[in-house]
Amino acid sequence: MGGLASRLIPLEGEGDHSGWPPSAESFNSRPLFPDLGPQFSWLNNHLTQAVIAAIIVIAFWLWMARRQTVVPSRKQFLGEQFYNLIRNTIARDALGHDYRRFLPYLIALFTFIWINNLFGQFFLFMFPTFSKIGYAYGLALLTWLLYNGAGIAKWGFGTYMRKMTLPEGVPKALWALIIPLEFLSNFIVRPFTLALRLFANMFAGHLVVMVFVIGSTMLLAMTEPANGFPVALLKTAGGIGIVFSFAIFALELLVGAIQAYIFTVLTAQYVASSIAESH
Amino acid sequence: MLPLEGFGPLLPEHLSEIIAGIVLFLICWLVIQKKVVPAFEATYEERAAAIQGGMEKAEKAQAEAAAALEEYKEQLATAREEAARIREEAKAQGATIVAEMRQQAQDESARLLNNAKTQIEAERAQAISQLRTEVGGLATTLAGRIVGESLDDDERARRTVDRFIESLEREPVERA
Repeated sequence: MGGLASRLIPLEGEGDHSGWPPSAESFNSRPLFPDLGPQFSWLNNHLTQAVIAAIIVIAFWLWMARRQTVVPSRKQFLGEQFYNLIRNTIARDALGHDYRRFLPYLIALFTFIWINNLFGQFFLFMFPTFSKIGYAYGLALLTWLLYNGAGIAKWGFGTYMRKMTLPEGVPKALWALIIPLEFLSNFIVRPFTLALRLFANMFAGHLVVMVFVIGSTMLLAMTEPANGFPVALLKTAGGIGIVFSFAIFALELLVGAIQAYIFTVLTAQYVASSIAESH
Repeated sequence: MLPLEGFGPLLPEHLSEIIAGIVLFLICWLVIQKKVVPAFEATYEERAAAIQGGMEKAEKAQAEAAAALEEYKEQLATAREEAARIREEAKAQGATIVAEMRQQAQDESARLLNNAKTQIEAERAQAISQLRTEVGGLATTLAGRIVGESLDDDERARRTVDRFIESLEREPVERA
């Protein structure tokens, strides 16, 4: 294997930055065209998988939206179950009768994050895109723009700022304390926690997966005693480690879905709080 | 390369990641906004309309069935009433006919009886008068022969015979 393909598929434990022990360096992207120089380093394997994720999201939903009938086929039923999960349990619960306007955003958000998280376990890449924090920042920024934009569009800038920084019923004596706190909480902390929560879960999960998989592989490959441990013990530990890595993969599947869900729910919640009648 | 070294993985390796994330997500959003959500919502609306229409139809059919049942019941009740009325009428008519027949029979028998009586009376009277004439003649002849007296005087003879017969008529009564 060589050329472009070798730069797309996972090569954990090899390559420039990888090795033992796995570290933040193991998350570095590999440029697709290293010969073109560093100004094209943005064209890397992680961008490729993000693009493929977007294509999968679009293709999936277009496929589900095709040839819909009143009495659903099995495929359509599946699509509707998924669609209703976001529509009814996330969007409608948080946003009430206004949910239709924000539904496309929430559907795109949930699906895009989820597919990218699934890449941590599937589809050749074996790498969750959102363990690159830039992607998480991007989505958090969009959500920040969305909930502030929705609030300003509804209330006007002044009213919106007052609503977001000064909850009703706060005594004047506390204004000096509450206003900066609320401002910090609603405009600074929200997007960062949103991005960091997603990133940190994916990053840590992938790191654990690497430790188990690469470490176990290394142990299994041992041919002579190390640190006083006999070869048989090292190989046994490696085998157990591989078995445990499957449990970690299962956990990561769950975490990936949960993080996508949380990001979407919080986005809906933030939008709801900025367009709510009384704060 | 980037400022703020020391943040480790909290800084994007490439700023392009942020842009790529935003652009890719926006494309997904656009497609879902334009194509997917409208398709799903249209289907839901159609389904809701279909279900509502079906329910209305079913309700209408039920109402119609109930109305028909009511009508049939009404008709049945009317028919029963009619039958009962006809039966009563027939009974009454039968009774009248029987009474009439009886009356007629009675009248007829009375008439026949009367006729018979009258006839018997007439025949009796006739017989009496005939007998009287014959008996008178015979007796006169007989008496004339016995007595030898001419009884040619009709007037006297007749009176004698009459007297005799009257006495005859009276006699059995007195004897009894």
